[in-house]
Amino acid sequence: MSAEHSFTLDGRQIPFQEGQTVMQAALEAGVYIPHLCFNPEFAPHGSCRVCLIKVNNRMQAACTTPAADGQAVQSETEEIRDIRRGILQMLFIEGNHVCPACEKSGACQLQAVAYYVGMLAPHFKHFYPRRPVDASHPEAVIDFNRCILCELCVRASRDVDGKNIFAVAGRGLQAHLVVNTPSEQLGATNFSIHDKAAQVCPTGSILTKHQGYNIPIGQRLYDRKPINVVGDVAQLSESLGGRRHD
Amino acid sequence: MAESSTLTGTIRDIVQRHGGMPTRLLQILRDIQDRSTWLSPEILEGVAEELDISADKVRSVAEFYSFLYTAPRGRYDILFSDNITDRMLGNRELLHYLCERLKVGVNETRADGLVTVGTTSCTGMCDQGPAALVNGYTLTRLDKSRLDRIANLVESRIPLTEWPREFFEVYSNIRRADILLGRHFSDGSALRAAQKRGSDAIMEEMVKSGLRGQGGAGFGSAHKWLSCRDAPGDVKYVVCNADEGEPGTFKDRVLMQDFADLVFEGMTLCGRIIGARQGFVYLRGEYRYLLNALKATLQQRREAGLLGEAILGDPSFNFDIEIHLGAGAYVCGEESALIESLEGKHGVPRIRPPFPTTHGYLNKPTVVNNVETFATAAKIAVEGGDWFASRGTAHSKGTKLLSVSGDCERPGIYEYPFGVSVDRVLEDCGADNAQGIQMAGPAGHTISAKQFNRLICFEDLATGGSFMVFDQSRDILDGIRNFAHFFVHESCGFCTPCRVGTSLMRDLVDKVHTGRGTLYDLEEMRKLGRIMQVSCHCGLGQTAPNPVLDSLQEFPEAYARRLRSTAYEPAFNLNQALEEARQLTGRNDPGAYLYEEDLMVGAMP
Repeated sequence: MSAEHSFTLDGRQIPFQEGQTVMQAALEAGVYIPHLCFNPEFAPHGSCRVCLIKVNNRMQAACTTPAADGQAVQSETEEIRDIRRGILQMLFIEGNHVCPACEKSGACQLQAVAYYVGMLAPHFKHFYPRRPVDASHPEAVIDFNRCILCELCVRASRDVDGKNIFAVAGRGLQAHLVVNTPSEQLGATNFSIHDKAAQVCPTGSILTKHQGYNIPIGQRLYDRKPINVVGDVAQLSESLGGRRHD
Repeated sequence: MAESSTLTGTIRDIVQRHGGMPTRLLQILRDIQDRSTWLSPEILEGVAEELDISADKVRSVAEFYSFLYTAPRGRYDILFSDNITDRMLGNRELLHYLCERLKVGVNETRADGLVTVGTTSCTGMCDQGPAALVNGYTLTRLDKSRLDRIANLVESRIPLTEWPREFFEVYSNIRRADILLGRHFSDGSALRAAQKRGSDAIMEEMVKSGLRGQGGAGFGSAHKWLSCRDAPGDVKYVVCNADEGEPGTFKDRVLMQDFADLVFEGMTLCGRIIGARQGFVYLRGEYRYLLNALKATLQQRREAGLLGEAILGDPSFNFDIEIHLGAGAYVCGEESALIESLEGKHGVPRIRPPFPTTHGYLNKPTVVNNVETFATAAKIAVEGGDWFASRGTAHSKGTKLLSVSGDCERPGIYEYPFGVSVDRVLEDCGADNAQGIQMAGPAGHTISAKQFNRLICFEDLATGGSFMVFDQSRDILDGIRNFAHFFVHESCGFCTPCRVGTSLMRDLVDKVHTGRGTLYDLEEMRKLGRIMQVSCHCGLGQTAPNPVLDSLQEFPEAYARRLRSTAYEPAFNLNQALEEARQLTGRNDPGAYLYEEDLMVGAMP
């Protein structure tokens, strides 16, 4: 590790190993770049675009940008924060996100990242799509209103659980998460709340039944500390207020 | 029982005909739909089973492509091309006329299942529109009398093969030819040159030529071929991007129709140079009418020893070409989405790097070039790089095919040396009253008369070839609105700013277009456009706001004359919101309206 590679992130030196992305190197160095579809346990996806950074005067996603020696990367500038905020606002108006009525409030990565980038209102016109809730499974409920198409459950179910329960179908604004059975009901699958897929959702889209409000609102993970300090809810064990089953 | 076993048999036959290969999934679904008119859940399940892949993979493909249907569809499926050039030629009136004749709603299937009438993105017939597709086959130069006859043919259930040939006639309309279209090319001459002089010598000619990607991006072609040749791996591929989806462009269609040998020869040449044995043409679904002729040309080339095993008698030179048909997805023009589609998946652009030259089709090194690029490369192999580079400008060598349409006397294909001025093109095509040009399609740039002295080349106005003219009688905002709707329809939905941003932009343009916009909305358009330009995953989303941003700059009056004088107007329409309540209560008296002007609108039939 002596002849180390490094780049700078907002002026700060970040070491990296060959093959790492800017996101991976920053995370290892303890520097937070906001993200939603990225989870260090999975291959980068690059779809949410929240982790936008500026390299050589070009905006790119940190999660898919290979780290390179001597690179000067910008992240926390006013320009980038404006764009990240715009993208978060798009996610909020695309679905139906009613934080005060959501069980995930306070332990929701989407909400926490929105606060982090300084989003105080959704700004754009709401689309108010009609989306169903699937409560057919005895242990879990899927609220499609909150899905942001990060495909983490798709990846987790396919790559870790080996069950391939979820997929995305449709094009454009019609793109939507589907449950991979003829009835399209989660209850008809072998999904379990112990699956990796049950632990990775960055929103309140996949919820565990029978444990609502175990931790009161106000005392939850992101009620106490911001996401750039405590990290992703999917990466923290349950004892720390996270979703990870250890 | 009998029916379902026939279905299973049909699926099995078709899957077998495609070698049981999951990479042929899109082709398989197309073939099945040709017989069944739509893809039922049972069909999708059956295909998944036959191919031994998961049902969601089949579903994600079936739901992605516009020309695949997961709901019942008429036996005659008629789709009007809905590019702005079709609109300028009156396609909307014709659409409604045909719907009335056939007693069917727009985008609806008639109750008896006989016919569906709808719209689709530009079908590449802008110089001979209004155009449409019937069961995927191109109809040109539509007018009411032709539609009367079509309606009768449909009602009488006459098979397409018995419809008058002239309905399907597609003209080439080559108006100006230069070195690519104008000089005779003898089939096989490029391959013979490579055999005689060696691949390295031809590669040198390519380098000297300075040829750049003619699809519009302008990446150095020789550099692409060299990177692929030198990439590690024994298996390599050549892919011809004939997914000419940019509205207003049709030059690749003319090349595939009249110069297919030249294109195939360029691909074969590339195969020899980079060491590939297999090539693919990704032909856009809208050009399905060309498929049989292209297959016949491939067969002739095999028989002439110009394709297949031991080309020109050289046992070490083996290369063949297969044609894949798209199914209505503009995003597949992006090379990595095109490769995904070739692999039988839905067309979502890949993360780049790595690039196709090292990780392309099936993750093998792949050259993806535009139709015109391959055709030009074949010419360069025969005539030499210097000959090609003697035309054009310092950084844009050779010539460019332009697809000219819109308000001009002579729409069609014009080949010019790079560096030609917009003025010159306008003069040649007979557009003496032009107000603006949509250059390089909706993803390109909207320019006004004060920029007509600009030059068409990579140093100034780069283009893939689309050149749509709007004269003084047109409302530029009609075009901008058409493009905004186009991008909503074509966004693949993978990344947030494109999936959501294209719809937000459409809503803003609609709001201004219907006279409800304010200065605040124009500022919103600029902000939204900026976000999309810098944050989207691929070129589609990055360029989608261009028409709006350009026209705000170039044609501010087109917006200004529609604006409300107030600083702010809510996005929702209060009068519209009250309409449901009025209908429920059966009220239509003045008291049920907020403003007198709404009463006028609401009372209209």
